[in-house]
Amino acid sequence: MFEMIGGWLQRPNYIAFVLLFLWGIYIMVTRYNLVKKLIGMYLMQTSVIFFLVTTSAKQGATVPILLSTTEIIQPEVYANPLPHVLTLTAIVVGVATLGVSLALADAIYKKYGSLDEEEILKRLE
Amino acid sequence: MTYAVNIALLLLLVLTAASATFLVRELMSSVFILGSYSFFLALVWAWLGAVDVAFVEAVIGAGLATVLFLITLFDTAPKDSRLRRPPPPLAGVVGLPLLGILLLFAANDLSPFGDPTSPANVHISPVYLQQSYADTLTPNVVTSVLMDYRGFDTLIETVVIFTAGIACALLLKEPGS
Repeated sequence: MFEMIGGWLQRPNYIAFVLLFLWGIYIMVTRYNLVKKLIGMYLMQTSVIFFLVTTSAKQGATVPILLSTTEIIQPEVYANPLPHVLTLTAIVVGVATLGVSLALADAIYKKYGSLDEEEILKRLE
Repeated sequence: MTYAVNIALLLLLVLTAASATFLVRELMSSVFILGSYSFFLALVWAWLGAVDVAFVEAVIGAGLATVLFLITLFDTAPKDSRLRRPPPPLAGVVGLPLLGILLLFAANDLSPFGDPTSPANVHISPVYLQQSYADTLTPNVVTSVLMDYRGFDTLIETVVIFTAGIACALLLKEPGS
């Protein structure tokens, strides 16, 4: 048990990721307002990206821009660039899907006059 | 010292995320707090050495996403109309803590935070760091991977964004026009 808590203290970013991820799902499941649900979805997306970027960190490393282009490069001086590249794409695509879902929410409001899930279901009948 | 800074930043993140969804009832304030959450996230990433990701999050996440939320709220209802919520479903109360315990149980199999010898940091990324300048003549390794090694990926990503733009335009079109 103590070993496990000590392990958590060595990985604080992972604990934060777990909290944010579960919080995002919880909001999506329990809230009835569509915009609130999308806020939960955004929290979930960013928490996963946060976890991926965390894997790129190295103790005492600097940003992945080469300090000198003539000397031999020591990889442990720079942070790992690959998770950065992959998450750049993920952020932009995530915001694109968020835009589409917000447009959907807007269209639903125009048709049914409410953002509340149960109200919409009532008016559908 | 660095550990304390990290903990403080993470606490800021979790607190803003919680207050964006839990403390305020007005959706407008929620969205603004979510924007500040994005900015804190960008701060954490800059601190981890991911400056390019931090730029993108500050511009796209905190800027564009907040603007999209605000435009939607100006068109629709800015308040959460529900005054009393029914109790949360069983899946939320039982399933999510179980998932959390599972995730936390797996924590010790990951390499510690900031470990330079973790598998993710030693497998292929040193090759990119050492050879990208010879291949692409760009000192910024993230740029060279994004634009040269994975150029097609970035190209197709613009197709995804274009499709999303078309979908938004079609959804927001007035029915009569």
